[in-house]
Amino acid sequence: MARTREQLAARAARELQDGFYVNLGIGIPTLVANYIPHGMEVTLQSENGMLGMGPFPYEDEVDADLINAGKQTITEIPESSYFSSADSFAMIRGGHINLSILGAMEVAENGDIANWMIPGKLVKGMGGAMDLVAGVKRVVVVMDHANKHGQSKVLKACTLPLTGTGVVSRIITDLCVFDVKPDGAGLELIELAEGVTLEEVASKTEATYTIAPGLD
Amino acid sequence: MRKIFPDAASALEGLTFDGMTVMSGGFGLCGIPEHLIAALRDSGTKGLTVISNNAGVDGFGLGQLLETRQIAKMISSYVGENKEFERQYLAGELQLEFNPQGTLAERIRAGGAGIPAFFTATGVGTLVAEGKEVRNFNGRDYVMETGLVADLSIVKAWKADGRGNLQFRKTARNFNPMMATAGKVTVVEVEHIVPTGSMDPDQIHTPGIYVDRIVLTVPEKRIEQRTVRTRETA
Repeated sequence: MARTREQLAARAARELQDGFYVNLGIGIPTLVANYIPHGMEVTLQSENGMLGMGPFPYEDEVDADLINAGKQTITEIPESSYFSSADSFAMIRGGHINLSILGAMEVAENGDIANWMIPGKLVKGMGGAMDLVAGVKRVVVVMDHANKHGQSKVLKACTLPLTGTGVVSRIITDLCVFDVKPDGAGLELIELAEGVTLEEVASKTEATYTIAPGLD
Repeated sequence: MRKIFPDAASALEGLTFDGMTVMSGGFGLCGIPEHLIAALRDSGTKGLTVISNNAGVDGFGLGQLLETRQIAKMISSYVGENKEFERQYLAGELQLEFNPQGTLAERIRAGGAGIPAFFTATGVGTLVAEGKEVRNFNGRDYVMETGLVADLSIVKAWKADGRGNLQFRKTARNFNPMMATAGKVTVVEVEHIVPTGSMDPDQIHTPGIYVDRIVLTVPEKRIEQRTVRTRETA
């Protein structure tokens, strides 16, 4: 059984560690905030200029001056801080954020990622995605294994314009989890979603990969 | 008090000309200088190059300048919320330069700080790096990006004193502080003008040296994505 969106978010939340500063992308990555283990100290960064993002506001707390990078209204919490976009990307580019969890259109077996542009379609812009993949210490991609046409999004090489090269450390899909081995050494399948077989992953993955001991 | 102007139109008087470059603060519709944008529209200035993270929405923020075709070129990181933008871009009426958001922020910071160029790992190996110098430092490739300055910066702050010392509020700060430093002239709209000396000098986000003109406005502050939770009833 393939993982649902919520199950994908819950699995991605297992990438969090106590004390981490984390940037979550838009879509399924945003849901990861709902699965931070109780008692774990995780600080969420919003690249428009905030550390320590709180939950959505109650109706009477809505403040137009307080939004996240998805332009949604949010709240502050006791440890929150605000800063400029230049300071925000200094902490991203400078390697001070421990983990970024992002969605993607394609990921390649060398860690290349494409998630901002489809040629021939109207391009909305890369926003902060290129800075995040280039600057954050560990980039984890959360996405469906296949696109809506049923084609593998885990590829030998990306076909879409890149967001970054050799930057992804781990790929979590609705079917399985791959680690991207350092220095272009390729993918290793390290985990299967419940009820998913090696054969199913093999039939739905264009990239080549090795299988971790214990899975085969 | 010579920096304080009675309204947005007079605050821009004598500063606008066709073909000029304007920086406009804000992230989405948060922290945008909405009255100064409207005054820029009313000035009728054409052929603008506008440097702003986003392009507003239809009919509000920079969307107002798009409707009147006053913008010739945008330098932005994300412009997905605007149908009129889409139409003009697809029709070839509008030039567009995408910058990664952090690169855009740093280009503006660098411009205001007198730094003509810098190297960043952001965008290496992507379309963003095409035609730009790439240099290796300590085993990693970096692309050269140039600093940005503007003929005019329009900025939104929360509070100012008569000398132009500024405080921003929450995430409405975003691009505003850097843009205040990178305009040849910087005009700021604020929600409060307080007596000089009443702000704690340790709590001033932008010192008045960067601010030429100030106007007091009552902003509408539109919200793009109103997301709320409901109170659990006991």
